[in-house]
Amino acid sequence: MVIDAINGILRTVVTGSREYKAWVGFLSLLALVGIVFVFRQIDQGLIATNMRDEVSWGWYIANFTFLVGVAAAAVVLVIPYYIYDFKPIGEIVLIGEIMAVAAVSMCLMFIVLDMGSAERFWHLIPMIGIFNFPQSILTWDVVVLNMYLVLNLTLVIYALSKIYAGKSYKTKLIMPFIFFSVPAAISIHTVTAFLYLGAPARPFWNTAVLAPRFIASAFCSGPAFMLIIFQIIRKTTKLKIADEALHKVAEIVTWCMAVNLFLLGSEVFKEMYSATAHIEPFNYLWNGLRGHSQLVPWIWTALIVNSIAFLILIIPSIRKNFFMLNIACAFIFIGVYIEKGMGLIFPGFIPGTLGEIYDYMPNAMELWISLGVWAIGLLIFTIGAKICIAIKTGEIGHADPSAHH
Amino acid sequence: MTMKCLRCLLFIISLITAGLIFVSYHAQNIYASSTEAAHGGHAAESAHGAGHDDYPGEVPFDRPVEEIKKFIAPMNELNIFPCSDCHDAAWEPNYERRELGEPHDVVPEKFINHDSENRWCLDCHSAKTRDKFQLLNGKLVEFNEYYRVCEQCHKRVYREWKMGIHGKRTGYWNGEKQWMHCTQCHDPHNPPFKAIKPEPVPRTPLNVRTSSSGEEHQSSAETKH
Amino acid sequence: MSDDIKGKDKSLITRRKFLAGLTAGAAASALPAGEAGAYAFEELFRQHYKRLDADDLKDILAKLEEELSFKYGKEVHAKATPPLDNTVFGYALDLSRCIGCRRCVYACVRENNLSRDPQIHWIKVLEFQKGNNKWQGLEHSNRYYEPEQVPEKGRFYVPVQCQQCKKPPCVKVCPVQATWQEPDGIVVVDYNWCIGCRFCMAACPYGARSFNWGKPSILKEEFNPDIHYLGNRPQYKGIVGKCTFCIQRSRQGKYTACVEACPVGARKFGNLMDPNSEIRYVLENMKVFRLKEELDTNPKFFYFFSMGTGVKS
Repeated sequence: MVIDAINGILRTVVTGSREYKAWVGFLSLLALVGIVFVFRQIDQGLIATNMRDEVSWGWYIANFTFLVGVAAAAVVLVIPYYIYDFKPIGEIVLIGEIMAVAAVSMCLMFIVLDMGSAERFWHLIPMIGIFNFPQSILTWDVVVLNMYLVLNLTLVIYALSKIYAGKSYKTKLIMPFIFFSVPAAISIHTVTAFLYLGAPARPFWNTAVLAPRFIASAFCSGPAFMLIIFQIIRKTTKLKIADEALHKVAEIVTWCMAVNLFLLGSEVFKEMYSATAHIEPFNYLWNGLRGHSQLVPWIWTALIVNSIAFLILIIPSIRKNFFMLNIACAFIFIGVYIEKGMGLIFPGFIPGTLGEIYDYMPNAMELWISLGVWAIGLLIFTIGAKICIAIKTGEIGHADPSAHH
Repeated sequence: MTMKCLRCLLFIISLITAGLIFVSYHAQNIYASSTEAAHGGHAAESAHGAGHDDYPGEVPFDRPVEEIKKFIAPMNELNIFPCSDCHDAAWEPNYERRELGEPHDVVPEKFINHDSENRWCLDCHSAKTRDKFQLLNGKLVEFNEYYRVCEQCHKRVYREWKMGIHGKRTGYWNGEKQWMHCTQCHDPHNPPFKAIKPEPVPRTPLNVRTSSSGEEHQSSAETKH
Repeated sequence: MSDDIKGKDKSLITRRKFLAGLTAGAAASALPAGEAGAYAFEELFRQHYKRLDADDLKDILAKLEEELSFKYGKEVHAKATPPLDNTVFGYALDLSRCIGCRRCVYACVRENNLSRDPQIHWIKVLEFQKGNNKWQGLEHSNRYYEPEQVPEKGRFYVPVQCQQCKKPPCVKVCPVQATWQEPDGIVVVDYNWCIGCRFCMAACPYGARSFNWGKPSILKEEFNPDIHYLGNRPQYKGIVGKCTFCIQRSRQGKYTACVEACPVGARKFGNLMDPNSEIRYVLENMKVFRLKEELDTNPKFFYFFSMGTGVKS
């Protein structure tokens, strides 16, 4: 049985439409280019990037931060389906979890790339190394991220093997773990937020509102991406996804974006009304500081696209129009990517602790490497989703395609 | 979805919250144990911002110069000492305040650049015995104890010098310290320090590497204010 | 046995010569151990400094001396001096005297074997403008001043380095405890344990930590052969380093390199537990302050003005 399953899975992975093959081929190529550049980075050290003492975390950590949010967003599907029993989402909840797996994998890749001495990762293992838990929030992040990865991977594999065998996977054994994935998702992003906000040396981050902002922006960016993916899946596979499922997700995205914008407004008021010296990073980001205004066009773009997306989403009739919805989703993804990546990490370091301004922007090598990581993540997602859909639709295995799982 | 599930969820969330509160509290307390500077009285120091720390012992305010005499660096050889070689007993002192010529034209263009309105050479150099200095009360001071002259006006600096916080510090902090004496840094006839050339400016972030073993970035993103 | 050496039994000579040659060869191959894989393998699995027992440490120091002596062509003395009893180091800097000459910066570079290319400075001298807004904040300082002569008119200078905080935020955040505070108050880094995550750099409010972004390089002639395991031994690519109050000097009773280099005597250093030390005298009699006091990091690096602005301008 297992051999059949493996054969079936392998067959699913290597066969597919021309578009599928082209997509996988394209991603593999990007991944390869990224890997080539990784060798250069390993050889020269991180000096091959544009990061320096003044801005010691840059593009890689920016991507990491954004992707942790995307990973947490699987919970936007878990809550309605498992807790509120909103059946239409049943088709897509597993794909959401596969996306979480892909996103966390990308996070881990970015972290390893950013480490100066990654071969010493074993220093983090308790007993053999020294795991500075609970004092260092970074160790909390290691724990929750790995736990979330293992949890989602286990859930997906368990569910898919049950579906393959033609049974329901909502067993007494697994349901507690499924419910646990909700606080787990919240925890990964809260812990990541705490990592930044616990650093009084960086006043731009040292604000309690950072944690809820992270959750709010995560819950709009991840599902926005998923909404576009699900429409592609609807068109290219046999999986049936009801409109209601997509509309429910879009509704959640709307309110999360509302909260995100409100919290942003709260930050703006605090900085501008109090007008202390700590306004400097905020000014650097939004207005330019002492002649340095590299990030200004980026953040304003992010705000404009986020606002347009919000306006599109807030009107139900427009939100239900898939063309407009897709524009909004693309805008949200871009907007949050900029806001949470460049708009959060870079200004945390500019101006620096001693007042220096270093206009950090990633160089070509960093961009190629991060494209490679994204390609690998998307590969994981594509292949995972293909297997999942094949099993659910009964292409392989004994699942009954008409039954709701 | 039952009440049981909700309860379980709530329990887990409260566990995580409790954990996070614990870690932030714990983060404060680790300083009490990690700073084992408690070899003499720090153990009692609260980890929550000790403010001014109370270090043990009474700090002395002053000390007699005799205590540091043996650590003072030897005087440099002067090429026109002893002064009595020329200024012998037979040579009458000229008390008129004037600019001196060779070999005593120590400061060109100026009298002496050291309180020149009120002082001139014979105020510090004893007219009776040129090999010695004189204090305001008429007492004579050996040439190699000239700092007693400086002491008269620069009392605070003199005390700080004796206690070790004035001037260049060399030697051993827990053993024999080395004292420099005044004229090793301050020219007594022209004390103001001259400006000096600073050592090279640090390289800006993108230019920390001089060898081009990779991409050389000459971007305009220089950090000049 | 000596008869044999005379050449009667050729095979004995050959065997003896062979064994002698073998030993010599083994010894010779042990010399460039740093280049060979064996030492690198040991380094990869070396434990945290605090977990090394006395014998391990001795071996490691011996190997370090061997490797570095070969690499830099000087006789290297590597030590791991423990903290002195009843000692807590403190530092005070007289801002009325600093002229911004940067001799401390380069003395530190030479003493601590810091990389010249890429350039690493553990001391940063900030230039401020005098006048109404002089303490507007560190935001208005300038590290990159380049006048012909210092001090420049209308400016004053504030050197900043690791403040050896009593509540170091960097120690709090390190995920592997590669950095910790020793009992004598010095915050140290184990260069073989640091994983290069740079969280400590994000957490340090004083910008005191430097990362080795590239492979550090020092010229042979400029190498300082008296090193301490936790201090001025050459660092690696991909790890963090910082001022250690010249741990290789201060634990031998000497002043730090920056204190000795300062031509105007602006820097004071000593044992806070000794009431007769200069540093205690300064704390007692001068009005000292510290940077970013509101962050409550409780630094042991104090600043004061012993006189007006001191320098004629």
